[in-house]
Amino acid sequence: MFSYVVRRILQSIPILLVVLTLVFVVVRVLPGDPAVAALGDYASKEAVNALREKMGLNAPLWLQYLRFIGDIARGELGASIITGYPVAKQVATVLPHTLLLTMSAIILGYLFGVPLGISAAVRRNSFVDYFNRVFSLLGLSVPAFYLGILLILLFSIKIPLFPVVGAGEFSNLKVLLRHLFLPALTLGLLMMAYITRMSRSSILNILGEDYIRTARAKGVAENRVLYRHVLRNALIPIVALGGLYAVVLIGSSVMVEIVFSRPGLGTLMVGAIKQRDYTTLQSVMVIYTIIVVLINLLTDLIYGLVDPRIKYN
Amino acid sequence: MTAKENVKSREISEGERMWSAFLRNRTALAGGVIAVLIVLVGIFAPWIAPYDPLAQDSYYRLAGRSVKHLLGTDDFGRDVLSRIIWGTRISLIIGICSVVAGLIVGTLMGMVAGFLRGKTETAIMRLTDVIMCFPDLILAIAVTAALGANLLNLILTIALVMTPRFARLSHGLILSLRERDYVVAAQAIGAGVPRILARHIFPNIFGELLVAGTLWTGVAIRLEANLAFIGLGVQPPTPTWGNMIREGVDVLINAPWISVFAGLSILITILSFNMLGDGVRDMVDPRLRGD
Repeated sequence: MFSYVVRRILQSIPILLVVLTLVFVVVRVLPGDPAVAALGDYASKEAVNALREKMGLNAPLWLQYLRFIGDIARGELGASIITGYPVAKQVATVLPHTLLLTMSAIILGYLFGVPLGISAAVRRNSFVDYFNRVFSLLGLSVPAFYLGILLILLFSIKIPLFPVVGAGEFSNLKVLLRHLFLPALTLGLLMMAYITRMSRSSILNILGEDYIRTARAKGVAENRVLYRHVLRNALIPIVALGGLYAVVLIGSSVMVEIVFSRPGLGTLMVGAIKQRDYTTLQSVMVIYTIIVVLINLLTDLIYGLVDPRIKYN
Repeated sequence: MTAKENVKSREISEGERMWSAFLRNRTALAGGVIAVLIVLVGIFAPWIAPYDPLAQDSYYRLAGRSVKHLLGTDDFGRDVLSRIIWGTRISLIIGICSVVAGLIVGTLMGMVAGFLRGKTETAIMRLTDVIMCFPDLILAIAVTAALGANLLNLILTIALVMTPRFARLSHGLILSLRERDYVVAAQAIGAGVPRILARHIFPNIFGELLVAGTLWTGVAIRLEANLAFIGLGVQPPTPTWGNMIREGVDVLINAPWISVFAGLSILITILSFNMLGDGVRDMVDPRLRGD
């Protein structure tokens, strides 16, 4: 088990490196000169060249790449070429909000999605099953930003219960939670839809297995069959695929942050694109990349804990 | 005459069996009908739309639903219903073209990787792994920002997001198929790789590809809507559903119908493709067909 953990962590490093290279390439492909974007179209050639020199854009590509990797390793994210403000500080301010939102959504998704999926699988063709199927179909079809807008219409405009924009401060918990509710609900409903569909099909698969039939034939009580035999085995794919969907959720969180005007990585990234702020864009994409690699790593590690075939190898 | 000769029996073909399984599935049927209707709306938009989607009418700005304007008007006095009808074209063109492009390129990649194995396979599958490391939306945002936001670039961007999915899918299918007896036999009698791929492998993965293509068209349409909402879609004044929602958010308190109805169009379209895709999946899987 320990060797599996170590091996998995070490594997993440080359993956991270390759993905960071892709980020480097994508940002370099953006049209326009970053120095011109920073100084404006009427800047003199000398000024533009001086800024390019300062930004290291005149160096050969391989040197720029090595500096890029070195900077990231040291946690040096540069400064915004529009405002001059250090990107690391900006990221540090907004990252907690993004993490709070995403984590809340994942927790909501599992908390309500798994029990709903179980009830639907166990009571086939009942109202719960029917509700589950309709709910998951709708949840998988609705765009995140549209759901957010609908919730704003209902619970902020028609019935003024929750604030529309912003995220509040971490120092004031009540305000923070009030601002968190609708965005987390938006993402949470989407996660719920996916998890509940997955749980239902995972459990249905297991219910058809021979060892379940054996347990019932032996006279084992239905509760025990469910808990001891079905759930433990069903949990494995639920965890694995949930981790996969968490990565999709990160993409959707960008949309939710924009709709609710929440400070976050998504808002930062879209703002950077609109302003052609290369340094900020590059650094934000690096952060997203690291988050995704970490989520994949975490999923695999949890998988290793939950799947006895890996745990006791 | 024997009883046997009296009874007329007929071989039911595979196709007929699949089709009747599809018809029995009410959800799939509903999804299919709605999807076809939406495609028809897109094709016949110039004849169906009551107004020119770009025609502004300052007198009727932000008007609510009425007999004159069934879904109201927007901030420029443009008829919302007409814009939604015309917006169908953009969403469908981008959604379907990008999926078809991704399917063709991705499946070729997966087939080559699955069949040739070795270094080619490793290279191709590592490439797909790297691209899939990025959440779809974030990759799409970055690439659209790099290429610029117009119809062709959007199709290319979303095709780029779709390609590794299809590559992974077909690669997995090929790996499971290549050990089958009929493939080994074909190789044994000297059939070349292209012939084996075309005549033996492809017909057998076609069903799975069709399911994935249908379901992922919904994903592509949602991606396009997301990009348009951020402002990275086909640029105004061309009506797209995402654009309309974005413009509608500015006037959400006074005129919610703009965003609501544009978004509803997206929801219904994606829903119909999901319902259809689920049905096609049941149709293609012999176990679920009732064979």
